[in-house]
Amino acid sequence: MSKVLTTAVLAVGLALPATAAIADTADKRIALSNNYAGNSWRQAMLKSWGKVGDQAVADGVIAAADAFTTAENQVTEQAAQIQNLILQGYDAIVINAASPDALNGAVKEACDAGITVVSFDGIVTEPCAWRIAVDFKQMGKDEVLYLSEKVPNGGALLEIRGLAGVFVDDEISAGIHEGVAETSGFEVVGSVHGDWAQDVSQKAVAGILPSLPEITAVVTQGGDGFGAAQAFKAAGRPIPLIIMGNRHDELTWWKEQKDASGYETMSVSIAPGVSTLAMWVAQQILDGQDIPKDLTVPFLRIDQDNLEENLANTEVGGVANVEYTLEDAQAVVNAAR
Amino acid sequence: MIATLLSPRFLRNALPALSLTVLLLAIFQLQPRTMSYFGLNLLLNLALPIAFATIAQMCIITVNDLDLGIGSYVGLVAAIGATWLNETPLLGVAALLGCILIYAALGALIHLRNLPSIVVTLGMSFVWLGMALLVLPTPGGTVPGWIRAIMTLKTPFLPFTIYAAVAVGVIVHFGLMRSAYGTVLRGAGGNPRSVARAGWSLLRTKVTMFALAGFFGMLSGLSLIGLTTSADANIALRYTLLSIAGVILGGGEFVGGRISPIGAVIGAMTLTLAASFLTFLRLPPDWQIGAQGGILIVVLAFRAVINRAEARR
Repeated sequence: MSKVLTTAVLAVGLALPATAAIADTADKRIALSNNYAGNSWRQAMLKSWGKVGDQAVADGVIAAADAFTTAENQVTEQAAQIQNLILQGYDAIVINAASPDALNGAVKEACDAGITVVSFDGIVTEPCAWRIAVDFKQMGKDEVLYLSEKVPNGGALLEIRGLAGVFVDDEISAGIHEGVAETSGFEVVGSVHGDWAQDVSQKAVAGILPSLPEITAVVTQGGDGFGAAQAFKAAGRPIPLIIMGNRHDELTWWKEQKDASGYETMSVSIAPGVSTLAMWVAQQILDGQDIPKDLTVPFLRIDQDNLEENLANTEVGGVANVEYTLEDAQAVVNAAR
Repeated sequence: MIATLLSPRFLRNALPALSLTVLLLAIFQLQPRTMSYFGLNLLLNLALPIAFATIAQMCIITVNDLDLGIGSYVGLVAAIGATWLNETPLLGVAALLGCILIYAALGALIHLRNLPSIVVTLGMSFVWLGMALLVLPTPGGTVPGWIRAIMTLKTPFLPFTIYAAVAVGVIVHFGLMRSAYGTVLRGAGGNPRSVARAGWSLLRTKVTMFALAGFFGMLSGLSLIGLTTSADANIALRYTLLSIAGVILGGGEFVGGRISPIGAVIGAMTLTLAASFLTFLRLPPDWQIGAQGGILIVVLAFRAVINRAEARR
């Protein structure tokens, strides 16, 4: 009898904290304000939001998780959309913003109306909002740090950059060069712009290859690894270690090489499921948790041992994705504290 | 009484106001929260910059031209407003006056060289955008405090936006529809030859209307950054087509001279509300642009029916 009682008490004790955390936000409604849905990354982002949001609603954690996308990628339209969401009485608005500054007026209106605003990926600078930003510089640096472990002696690097003049390209490249300066033995011997597209990268790499010495590794920004591999193959040169960017074609090629010759590399990018991270952060704030205003998106890194698993979960033509759980979000928050 | 109410002339003038009322009632029905000072303000405040841009477009349409660069121009004004006007007000004011002068010069160029306005203004849209990017390469800047203060003014009974919109409509109405020179300006669009024969300078009317367009475009940009608090060179690209739609929705016509300033302001409001209405309906985004076009077509179809009834009499 006493044993049963203890078990029951224990069970209640274990269950209580969980339900207490849930009950506070059970009647809260969260909206996603998204500025653009025209590429595979954004489509995957919306799909993840829908999946995790519906589950959270079904579990009674929140009352609603509705996604709204503006028809055109325009600041004024998104500002109007945010104001409409305020009127619809949402408790939190999660934003992927069309402009870091020009939505601040609407965001301020939302904050003044007592609404929690969480921005991610395309963040807003209004101080009352939370920001979940991507540390692109660290992403570039991580690539070189991985290389320094893999090839301790160093060697010649070919850098494939993204679209010229875009902030993301500058950040990743700066990170790569910082990594090269901090480790020893590596030298960037060539640099081309691949515009984050396989065909452009293939052409650009094929163009610069004849003028280059033997390449130890190729550092990339995502969407360009497969094109680079094709260029090396076409030129009849030994295929170096090429860092991948989580695209389906890149992972497929890597898998083929791994099975054929034990080829080793790593792949890194941002998971579109970061929208679900933002949703949990919003839920945590609504729950009354004290969350730092600036958080960093964790990278989705694929290594030799978890390649198959990630490849199986990636849609053809898509990007490797991961959906965040409440626990993942709490880990990100704790890391920022 | 009923005969007057059903006369096509009355119906045509009342149609824009009628469609706005219907839309507003539908929104109140869908989302009762909007039926308050706070709600109306959020619902309508972004309509004010569009109303200004629409009036600017109407000035150009009056003289039988079309402006495809107004959106980028508003973006440039926003960029200047959030940078120079805030840091060095004198330079900012000078730059804004310079913009209006360029607009006036465009009118002169179009008239003297007999160029198609669509080509000239489309070309200028890239110039405006380029200049905006030079002034403000990355989104940002700070809006001058006084503009922010005006745009967030807490007026009694109704939000500031409504007073401002009514004031703009009425002032432009008296200027263009009731004054003697306003008649000449409209005539220059509707029947340029007879206006020229009567001894009026067509060059002067074009320059006046283009300068007015530049002026209202400036008001549009400044009121917009008053709401957003900072600028982006691409902030108002959509205004080009919205302003044209607003003029037509409000009872104006492409033939020149046939305009309605109060209707244009109402047209701009209707367009803004149509977008909100569709959001409140929870229509999927993929359908929203089409649905917005659908609302436009329905209103214009009503007008075509009324026009036909008028022609039959």
